[in-house]
Amino acid sequence: MLSYLLRKLLLSIPVLFGVTVIVFAIAHAMPGDAVLAMITAEAPSSEELIAMRRGELGLDQPVYIQYLHWIGQILHGNLGRSFVNGRSVGDIIVERLPMTLELMGVALLVAFVIGTTLGVISALRQYKLTDYSLTLAGFVGVSIPDFFMGLLLVYVFALELRWLPSSGISTAGENFSLLDNLRHLVLPAAALALFRAAIFMRYARAGMLEVLNQSYMRTAKAKGLKPRTITLRHGLRNALIPLVTVFGLALPTLFGGSVVIETIFQWPGIGLMFIDSVVNRDSPVIMGYVLITAIIVMLANLGTDLAYSVLDPRVSYD
Amino acid sequence: MIGADTLAVGRAAKGIGQQAVLSVQGLSVEFGPSGNSVYAVNDVSFDLAEGESLAIVGESGSGKSVTVQTLMGLIRKPPGRVTAGRALFRGRDLLAMPDRELRQIRGRDIAMIFQDPMSSLNPVLTIGLQLTEALREHQGLNDAEAERQALDMLALVGIANAPQRMRAFPHQFSGGQLQRIGIAMALVCKPSILIADEPTTALDVTIQAQIVELVVRLQKQLGMAIIWISHDLSLVAGFVDRVAVMYAGSIVESAPVGDLFSATKHPYTIGLLNSIPSLTAANTRLVPIKGAPPNVTLAPTFCAFAPRCDHAEARCRQARPPLEAAGADQTVACWRWREVERGPRTGAGAADKPAVTAPKQEALLTVTDLKVHFPIRRGVLRRQVGAVHAVDGVSFEVMRGETLALVGESGCGKSTTGRAVLGLERPSAGSIVFEGRNYAGATGEELKQRRRDMQMVFQNPFGSLNPRMTVGRIIGEGLRAQKIGTRASRDARVSELLALVGLREALRNRYPFELSGGQRQRVGIARALAANPKFIIADEPISALDVSIQAQIVNLLDDLKPRLGLTYLFVGHDLSMIRYLSDRVAVMYLGRIVEIGTTKAVFGAPLHPYTRALLSAIPEPDPKAGGTRRRIVLGGGVPDPSKPPPGCHFHPRCPLATEICTKVDPARRDFGSAGTGQHLVACHHAGEATS
Repeated sequence: MLSYLLRKLLLSIPVLFGVTVIVFAIAHAMPGDAVLAMITAEAPSSEELIAMRRGELGLDQPVYIQYLHWIGQILHGNLGRSFVNGRSVGDIIVERLPMTLELMGVALLVAFVIGTTLGVISALRQYKLTDYSLTLAGFVGVSIPDFFMGLLLVYVFALELRWLPSSGISTAGENFSLLDNLRHLVLPAAALALFRAAIFMRYARAGMLEVLNQSYMRTAKAKGLKPRTITLRHGLRNALIPLVTVFGLALPTLFGGSVVIETIFQWPGIGLMFIDSVVNRDSPVIMGYVLITAIIVMLANLGTDLAYSVLDPRVSYD
Repeated sequence: MIGADTLAVGRAAKGIGQQAVLSVQGLSVEFGPSGNSVYAVNDVSFDLAEGESLAIVGESGSGKSVTVQTLMGLIRKPPGRVTAGRALFRGRDLLAMPDRELRQIRGRDIAMIFQDPMSSLNPVLTIGLQLTEALREHQGLNDAEAERQALDMLALVGIANAPQRMRAFPHQFSGGQLQRIGIAMALVCKPSILIADEPTTALDVTIQAQIVELVVRLQKQLGMAIIWISHDLSLVAGFVDRVAVMYAGSIVESAPVGDLFSATKHPYTIGLLNSIPSLTAANTRLVPIKGAPPNVTLAPTFCAFAPRCDHAEARCRQARPPLEAAGADQTVACWRWREVERGPRTGAGAADKPAVTAPKQEALLTVTDLKVHFPIRRGVLRRQVGAVHAVDGVSFEVMRGETLALVGESGCGKSTTGRAVLGLERPSAGSIVFEGRNYAGATGEELKQRRRDMQMVFQNPFGSLNPRMTVGRIIGEGLRAQKIGTRASRDARVSELLALVGLREALRNRYPFELSGGQRQRVGIARALAANPKFIIADEPISALDVSIQAQIVNLLDDLKPRLGLTYLFVGHDLSMIRYLSDRVAVMYLGRIVEIGTTKAVFGAPLHPYTRALLSAIPEPDPKAGGTRRRIVLGGGVPDPSKPPPGCHFHPRCPLATEICTKVDPARRDFGSAGTGQHLVACHHAGEATS
């Protein structure tokens, strides 16, 4: 097991290296640069000033020098400084990451619990009204994109019903309180969660249906166990095993989704930061964001493998 | 080890007319919506006395499993529907009681063991939990007491180290051990009826013998009645009291086991007995039952066997024959049972097996010291730390025109050997010489060339045909791949092949799912024959088929051999079938050939203790044989092929093993004489009597 983890981590080094190359190439290939982005905002500037600013940021050097410089910094644990405000990219991310993790974590947890529960119920009531209704709801859920769901929720619950706030992480001018924070969390988290809950539900239903046909379920029934014991003890755990994969796959899409949702709800996480940095052509921040999410996704995949071995005793890594 | 006489005594002691613990009356079960039903069980009635063992025998789709699962309330409703009948367990109707009540009987009074022990235990729960849960459910025992009783039961079924094994998961056991655990699980509450649904079908023959012995012993110890569901008449002949034969959802004949074999009445039962090879009646050609398994979507208003019956007349197609008494304690459902007679291998087309033209003494294939090792890699750097010795130094010759059979239990390397010969596995060492050319390790064009001359018929006709291709394309694909002939000539060849294997031309554009198992295997054979090979490797070609269909395929293979000048390497585990169709036999154990010789010599006078045990475990379709044949039941299972025992691989299970066997790998010695041909045995104690 330990050697498996070690091997996986070793293998992730070249992958991460590849990520840095691609990220750098994309950041570099974007039209314009940080200096031009600033100029459009500021007063018109002379060619000399532009050249000087580029020189300060190191943008006048050959691409491979810029890359080597950047990668050298990273190896020292330094993600560089923002072109826009000169702050350390590492500091910005550390400051904003908890916000995003809160949003994503809550969304994922809610999606998983609701989706799995409904999926199992749907399977147990196969071809009954409950099943059909849930299946229909699931189709609606997977058909509505994150951003539209977000706008819909804002319109209904914030603008029309006025039950919940529409943006930010806390009410402006008030002292920060957890309850207030959670009220702000409801809509963005729901926007992210509904789509994924629908997906979990589809997979949980399929997984449970497959398990219901297994002969060990028949064995359990032949022992005279109660239906509840059969479903929960013998069925659920087996049905959950394939869901681990879905869970692992949901994570990268959540990062993508959170970029959109954080923008709609002005949630000050790294997604919002990423959008701002793209607008400003702030390439150190862009690259820092992508690198960090790549690392998190890789760790999540490792976590998925571990979860497998915990849930399924037949799985052993060596 | 129950002899026929002990059975007779047992039956007499029980007496006829004893109180039935279970009485099934007129049970009918349908699946699907009415009007479009599958008639799975039709008007089935039987009684089971206390302590009696009843076998229900039938082929797939005969309704035998549905019958018992209905009693247990295990069929899904819908689509299943009980349309008629009662099932009285100690006077209470199992079919009429609410589920809550039935649940208390399930597992406590009536318990069940299932076919495939690997899939019938929950893979993610410890066997301790799975063993104790019925005790806790039915007897309200606390954990400690339930665990104590479960441990007792594990010891009773012969699981060593029970306390440690309680915390293990199913995948950590072998198939035989798992079935023991399955039995323990069924018996923890000491039920009065045990239903065994083909409990040995997924197991090897020596393990099958162990399980049968165990169940028979426990039946005596616990005094329970048994319903044993099986497709194998020979197997149950050895140990049950009564046999009920089912066909298309109905019981067609029911009799005490002795009468069923000696005074067989129903044409179907007769057909079954004639289509299985017997150790005592070897070399008479098998008489298959013609046609295919019945269509159970027709309402049972006629005799379902009529389309396949040689005795059928108009009446059989118009009305369903009732089950009527045909002698003391024997019932039969046939309009013409009085006129039907069974002789030894009678029926249409009975004849001696075609005289075998003596194989030419010229080796077509010579395999020398073949090894196939699968590396085991571990650690960060994936270094090879060991190897599964699937095939570990195998040498044999196949003479032109003969059939050599490779036999052994699962994991002995017989299939891997066959696959290596065809180049589907890469040999680690050794040579494979076909018609004078060594091609071990050949690839690309050279291997393709080889495959013109040798082809394989696969075990599972359901999985080995591409479901998205028509029969015609499947058969012709090899010709296309080998770029043989033109499109038109290939088409003509496909027609020729279809006729050759006895399939109608119309089937050409069908897809595999539209065919029966027997038809599919014929397609598999036609595919193998397409490019006119000289050599066919048949990897368990009949083991996935129904008994009545097996004989058809065996006869087909038998007929094709002289007609097309073929040579067969037959890989199998069904020893009675192998004895019937092979010229020479090689017995494999854990990657090595332990004994090889003519079929007559090996089966007639086996010299290796493993061969002896294997042969003695063959069930014989004759209840009387049980008393005279001595059965050698081997302990334990086949060891892990990545850590084969030192010296002779067989010594840990061998009744003859001595000091030398644990150290020195025995060389092969020839025990053959002029009359018997070469008979090589790798054993230090070959031929010594077992004590």
